Amino acid sequence: MTFLNHLINGISLGSVYAIIALGYTMVYGIAKMLNFAHGDVIMVGGFVSFLTVSSAGVPAIVSVLISMAVCTVLGVLIERLAYKPLRGAPSLAVLITAIGVSYFLQNAAQLLWGSDSKVFTSVVPFNSISLAGGKLVITPESIVTVSACIVIMVALTLFTAKTKMGKAMRAVSEDKGAAQLMGINVNSTISVTFAIGSALAAIAGILLCSAYPTLSPTTGSMPGIKAFTAAVFGGIGSIPGAMLGGILLGIIEIFSKAYISTELSDAIVFAVLILVLLVKPEGLLGRHVREKV
Amino acid sequence: MAMLKVEDINVYYGSIHAVRGVSFEVNEGEIVTLIGANGAGKSTSLNTVSGLLPAKSGKIEFLGRDLHGIAPHRIVGLGLTQVPEGRRVFSQMTVEENLDMGAYTRAAGEVKDSMADVYDRFPRLKERRRQLAGTLSGGEQQMLAMGRALMSHPKLLMLDEPSMGLAPILVDQIFDIIKELHASGVTVLLVEQNARMALSIADRAYVLETGKVALSGTGAELMASDKVREAYLGG
Ligand SMILES: Nc1ncnc2c1ncn2[C@@H]1O[C@H](COP(=O)(O)OP(=O)(O)OP(=O)(O)O)[C@@H](O)[C@H]1O
Ligand SMILES: [Mg+2]
Repeated sequence: MTFLNHLINGISLGSVYAIIALGYTMVYGIAKMLNFAHGDVIMVGGFVSFLTVSSAGVPAIVSVLISMAVCTVLGVLIERLAYKPLRGAPSLAVLITAIGVSYFLQNAAQLLWGSDSKVFTSVVPFNSISLAGGKLVITPESIVTVSACIVIMVALTLFTAKTKMGKAMRAVSEDKGAAQLMGINVNSTISVTFAIGSALAAIAGILLCSAYPTLSPTTGSMPGIKAFTAAVFGGIGSIPGAMLGGILLGIIEIFSKAYISTELSDAIVFAVLILVLLVKPEGLLGRHVREKV
Repeated sequence: MAMLKVEDINVYYGSIHAVRGVSFEVNEGEIVTLIGANGAGKSTSLNTVSGLLPAKSGKIEFLGRDLHGIAPHRIVGLGLTQVPEGRRVFSQMTVEENLDMGAYTRAAGEVKDSMADVYDRFPRLKERRRQLAGTLSGGEQQMLAMGRALMSHPKLLMLDEPSMGLAPILVDQIFDIIKELHASGVTVLLVEQNARMALSIADRAYVLETGKVALSGTGAELMASDKVREAYLGG
């Protein structure tokens, strides 16, 4: 039974990583850049939800929507102000800028909301479910997180397969120049990608803080890095890859914590990543990328 | 009045001066061809017209409208579409999705008819509409690239080396298609290295050499010119 409990916790944590990883992977697929500030958008999402619930007293579900809206605007602004001027610049310049944006968000949060950690109240107002005479406990956060992950996965798959904008995103990620020759506005496609990724980051932030209820300006950085790892693990640029990578990473992390060592769990997670990349450099579901000249 | 008027454009890649004061015109209803050796600046010229590259100086007008500063995706909306060199189909998307992308600037209601037209013209694409474009043969990919461009309902179609890498029989087929398109009312600007074929169907032609227009005239005039025969038609 404890095994099953750990598995459920692992899938649940992994679902959060998966939702975050989607943001990394979609942005990478389209803009060919690693948005290191993505993890900090998660933190902003958490704070917006925290403040609207604790100070303004809005209902939890409304706070989720507000948080998504704020993060969407934030993500689009970050892209417009920080990354768009660097389109076509060397990727190192873009990477350094992304790290700069990440620190900027953390420090801005510290200024606005203080550096002490806050106790986040879960947005899921249900009790845990006990099975097998209390040996198997399923938290409502797990149920909501895993369900959210599934819904998001299905929605994004349909979006990229069926809608005009979704197909345009695939076209841009394959060949920006050819996409422009079709009449696709590459800039707005990139904006939409950042908007979707950031709205997902808000959801992830709230789910994460609901399950692990502390919130501080650096809350987003470690999950951000892990989700990035998950995206690479699954094959960066691949939506199913981000899902698979996220969930596997969550399971590995929880099992390492439970059966090996809490201190070493992060080391084990990254060791697994390195191993996978040694054997399969493109990630589990990644495609070999042909470099375009 | 010229449909497309390119006036004295200069285009650079960093410090490389690839197009040096090139001017040419395409009138409505014409087939005009740009021929020239590798690196003469043909693709650079087309990409500048499409708005993918900025001209440092000079002027480009399409249907009387200055294209300066207009984004590439808006230029397509004006009726000026390019089939790029190397086809550049979206290999991870199906044939039909590629055609959908070609119709990106069109209203949803107009897409169906255009799709039917393209499938009529290229029955092979219809058979393979659920297949990934990357799995098509070179000739099929060229047809897809042309069909995709037609989905935008262009007034002027620019084709960059459509015969590149194709077997002679397919080259003939591609040129037949270009003639048919032209007959159906599409104005054509054709970039080719296959000078003989291009000159044989062109109303007028320009010869580009190292970024400059070296010669121009009607297709027949250039075909008869000693200079062209020597340099481009193998004597
Ligand atoms: N991306 C680029 N960066 C730097 N120089 C370039 C680039 N693209 C083209 N050039 C240079 O510009 C010049 C013109 O190239 P362009 O591609 O326009 O030639 P082309 O006439 O289309 O040749 P081809 O028949 O081989 O396609 C060449 O000297 C080429 O080396
Ligand atoms: Mg060329």
